[in-house]
Amino acid sequence: MRPLPSLRIARGRYLDLAFFLILAAFAVLLLTKVVGGGPSYFIQILTFGVANGSIYALIALGYTMVYGIVELINFAHGDVFTLGAFISLFLLPILGLQEGQTGPGIVLPLLAIFVLTMLACGLVNISIERVAYRPLRRAPRLAPLITAVGMSFVLQGLMFLWKGPFNLHYPKLLPTDQITLSEGATIGVKDLIVVVTAVVLVAALALFINRSKLGKAMRATAQDRDAAELMGIDINRTISATFFIGAALAAAGGMIFGLYYNNVVFDLGFSAGLFAFTAAVFGGIGNIPGAALGGLVIGLVGSFWDGYFDSAWTQVIIFAILILVLVFRPTGLLGMRVPEK
Amino acid sequence: MATLVAGARRLWTEDPRKNPNRLVYILFGVGAIIFPFIAQAISGGNGGFLIGVMADAGVYMLLAIGLNVVVGFAGLLDLGYAAFFAIGAYTYAFIASDHLAVTPLDTTLHIPFWIALLVGLFMAALFGMILGAPTLRLRGDYLAIVTLGFGEIVPRVFRNLSEWTSGVNGISALDTPELPAWLNGPWSGDALAIAAPFKIIDPMAYYVIMVLLLTGCVILVNNLIRSRIGRAWMAVREDETAAAAMGVNTVQMKLMAFAIGAAFSGFAGTFYGAKLSLVSPENFGFTVSITILVMVVLGGMGNIPGVMVGSLLIYLVIFIGLPALPDYAASLATSVGLDDLNRANGEFPGIAQEVQRLKFLIFGLILVLTMLLRPQGLIPSRVRTQELKKGTQEDSTIVDMNAETAS
Repeated sequence: MRPLPSLRIARGRYLDLAFFLILAAFAVLLLTKVVGGGPSYFIQILTFGVANGSIYALIALGYTMVYGIVELINFAHGDVFTLGAFISLFLLPILGLQEGQTGPGIVLPLLAIFVLTMLACGLVNISIERVAYRPLRRAPRLAPLITAVGMSFVLQGLMFLWKGPFNLHYPKLLPTDQITLSEGATIGVKDLIVVVTAVVLVAALALFINRSKLGKAMRATAQDRDAAELMGIDINRTISATFFIGAALAAAGGMIFGLYYNNVVFDLGFSAGLFAFTAAVFGGIGNIPGAALGGLVIGLVGSFWDGYFDSAWTQVIIFAILILVLVFRPTGLLGMRVPEK
Repeated sequence: MATLVAGARRLWTEDPRKNPNRLVYILFGVGAIIFPFIAQAISGGNGGFLIGVMADAGVYMLLAIGLNVVVGFAGLLDLGYAAFFAIGAYTYAFIASDHLAVTPLDTTLHIPFWIALLVGLFMAALFGMILGAPTLRLRGDYLAIVTLGFGEIVPRVFRNLSEWTSGVNGISALDTPELPAWLNGPWSGDALAIAAPFKIIDPMAYYVIMVLLLTGCVILVNNLIRSRIGRAWMAVREDETAAAAMGVNTVQMKLMAFAIGAAFSGFAGTFYGAKLSLVSPENFGFTVSITILVMVVLGGMGNIPGVMVGSLLIYLVIFIGLPALPDYAASLATSVGLDDLNRANGEFPGIAQEVQRLKFLIFGLILVLTMLLRPQGLIPSRVRTQELKKGTQEDSTIVDMNAETAS
């Protein structure tokens, strides 16, 4: 009884083939719609999708890093994203920024607020880890998951207490100019700023993870915590650093979200977090470039479905894609096949 | 005194003869019987509301027992359990109301409640198999994510297919359960049994049905867990590779756990739809799935009495305790002479409003604190605790022996 290996490979190929056939069918369907819609509409949808996807990517990075290192689905992460929007909203008037201000004078205070927000959320996430996850590191696996849900409720409750259940207006501070590419096709400066910020942050993260000593420690801890500890790596410090960086990126995403949509609400992080989590899985959870790519794909799928099909079904489509990806490529788009620990 | 407490604690946690499970079952049995009388007594004869609340709590108990089969016994994390609940409820709505007349089918079905319970059960189990068959070969958290996706899809599909499901409005006026014809005797409310089939409108009737269903399900699950299947589930939970090496068909066993769990959910959904006489896509979101999971983990994963206690407590906190808290805070403020707190004053909206705003926070803190204090749950599985404990003790003896030989 040894013909199994060859059978296995064939089955894998069939699955890949089926997966790409489904993708191709979808692409053809989309193409016919796109040709009918005209180029300027297409550009509009595309920029919107990329901008949206950048925000998802920033949140997804935190999910994927935390999962990679402690194998916890951090349900409170989406609310850290909202907290970023709230804290920056609170800091804006303090540094003298108001609705409708323009010009180069606002760049410096905006950057300061950006950094302050990231720091604040990072510290909040470190304390969450310290209080709610670290004591449960040796507990049954689902216990930290439940405290994560609890922390999500706590964060939402605090923000609810702070600002109430209303949609809050976020000042319009980004320029609204349009850059004309060719006739009729324009890109907003606002979208460009969002995308460039996200790209810079992701690049910085990639550099940090691959080049710095702490990044190396993170990779080692993610691979094998006990072995890393034997090599003299301070596990607690490494995990804290991971939570800090994840939260800082999510907070950046939250502030960008506020500036982009000019509207925030206390339970924003619930659905955004769910999509970002989908993005992280889509790219292969634990994989950093994968999370960025996954966020981009989720953003694009969402905006294209909104723009060319029925927007009521967008979320169904995104989750259906999630299931299909996991059925056909269980480790995500960029995930490597690693044995379970 | 301190030694007494320590002794009692040791007895409670360690003595195998004092397994709390039996005590909990007895308490539940006695409580179920005397609760209606207490409810009538404390509400002055109008206990209908309280009894109805308990029947609803029973729905969540059923759900928690079902999810416990999936999460606690087979070790599969299911984050979309409410989807099967929705499937059960909608199945009942389709086959036991006039609703199908306004769908493209243009006909009506009125399947009796008792048969519909089974239909809902099988529909949910079917969907469980459809979802499980391609995805159960995934390991660990990937399965959790697939179920999460499924749990998000199902309510949205019910909402979007408005031609079939009336969208956000949901389906209302579902059939009221009737007693089977052969049970229509003088006891059915009409002394001469002339009236048409007896309709179950009284909350007490729902309460009795719920208690009977729960009793049946608890016996069933208890038998299941002691069977070959139950042992296979536990083997898969502890180490899938080792279980497969011992000849357990892991995929089949996981699929079975998944389907049985889904069946419970569909069963509970049918009951829920019939009692509420209304289904709406808003009642089956991610929050419901998470609430049920919290009930299971908090009560003590893998231990049926623990899960029952957990679900009852969480239900009472979420649906009774937290909603009543603002009024309670207001009356407390009045009774201790702080009447000022009840008036809105500038930023301060009055204590009732303030507590209303605190509800989220309080529930979150309850979750975090209970998990930190008892990560294994309120009443953890005794067998599992002892097995794990014994394992570590043996390990430590080995270490000690090595230490002696070394010296």
